[in-house]
Amino acid sequence: MLLPKARGELSEALFDTLRSESEVEGLDLRPTDGDDAHIALWAMYELHYAGFEDVDDEREWNPEVLRLRRRLERDFEAELRARHTATTLDEPFAEGLFAYIAHHDGPSLAAHVQRKADREQVLELLRHRSIYHLKESDPVAWSVPRLPTAPKAALMELQYDEFGGGDPNRLHAHLFALGLEASGLRADPFAYIDDVPVEILELNNAMSLFGLHRRLRAASLGHLAAFEATSSLPSRRMAQGLARLELPQEMIAYYEEHVEADAVHEQLAVRTICGALVAAEPHLVDDVVFGAFTCLDLEDRYAQRMLDEWVAA
Amino acid sequence: MTPEHGFEHPDVIICPGGPLLLRGDHVVEDADGVAHETVRPVSAVCRCGKSADQPWCDGTHKVLAARDRP
Ligand code: FES
Ligand SMILES: [Fe+2]
Ligand SMILES: [Fe+2]
Repeated sequence: MLLPKARGELSEALFDTLRSESEVEGLDLRPTDGDDAHIALWAMYELHYAGFEDVDDEREWNPEVLRLRRRLERDFEAELRARHTATTLDEPFAEGLFAYIAHHDGPSLAAHVQRKADREQVLELLRHRSIYHLKESDPVAWSVPRLPTAPKAALMELQYDEFGGGDPNRLHAHLFALGLEASGLRADPFAYIDDVPVEILELNNAMSLFGLHRRLRAASLGHLAAFEATSSLPSRRMAQGLARLELPQEMIAYYEEHVEADAVHEQLAVRTICGALVAAEPHLVDDVVFGAFTCLDLEDRYAQRMLDEWVAA
Repeated sequence: MTPEHGFEHPDVIICPGGPLLLRGDHVVEDADGVAHETVRPVSAVCRCGKSADQPWCDGTHKVLAARDRP
């Protein structure tokens, strides 16, 4: 895959210099806007995943690229923290975290898909979701070596299921790829990156930010807990909506798998993973909540944007 | 720090208000006598009786009133 389209001055300068054969330079610009900052950050993160055919692999660790990445990450983390209000969870921890997630109220894309969405809207949603689902569970995998023994083992117990229990045919990202192909969509990674709104870039960048910084390991696991704990019931609604619109069985199967899998994963993420982390490192509880909030809040922002666009159309 | 007697790692975990987690491979017979094989490292067996995906939990317990949760 090639670098995405630039969305402003900074991303244009970055992508030009990444593609060129000469020294990386000219990155001391301010981003034009959120789109510009987040496509630049997304592309720099992507250097750590699959990379780009038009960028030399050496540039993953280029100091100028890392300097820019760090600058954009600081701004992004400050913005995420400013959106969040610190809260004390009820005891015991697992019930407190489940309650915190349950009390968060936001717009539901799954309810719209279940009852009202048309085929075009659902296909647009799947294209947007493909940016994450085609590398589902990869960002939190960065957290594994950064954890103490008990939460590390627990996270791997969950991840083993996300990665198909050793069977590539059952790996969740692959199930989504099969669903895309059957729906007549492209299943190569980030084929639709130029079409996604900034909210999707933020969702993806937050997971990479949390995963790639040891300091943010608790936010990474808190994000996972909120993601898993808001998946089973919405996945059932998605599956029903896709069936109503007669989308292919492969795509429906992806969501049906998540009804059942995430009913397990939410218990593991909250109890055995985050629970073991805060038992081992109690001071990390605030970052667990910060990560959970960020997941819920960024999902809300994306859902609100799409519902507003679809109502206006 | 390692706990004195090692880490807890039970085969069965009862989740308050939610499912029963089963580690490993098992055959679970549902209320109609139909046998279901587990397919994942950990499985969640419904305890509230309201899952639409019996015998597995599908998260429905979370929308039940507190008195109807197991
Ligand atoms: S225990 Fe979860 S649906 Fe019954
Ligand atoms: Fe998954
Ligand atoms: Fe999951």
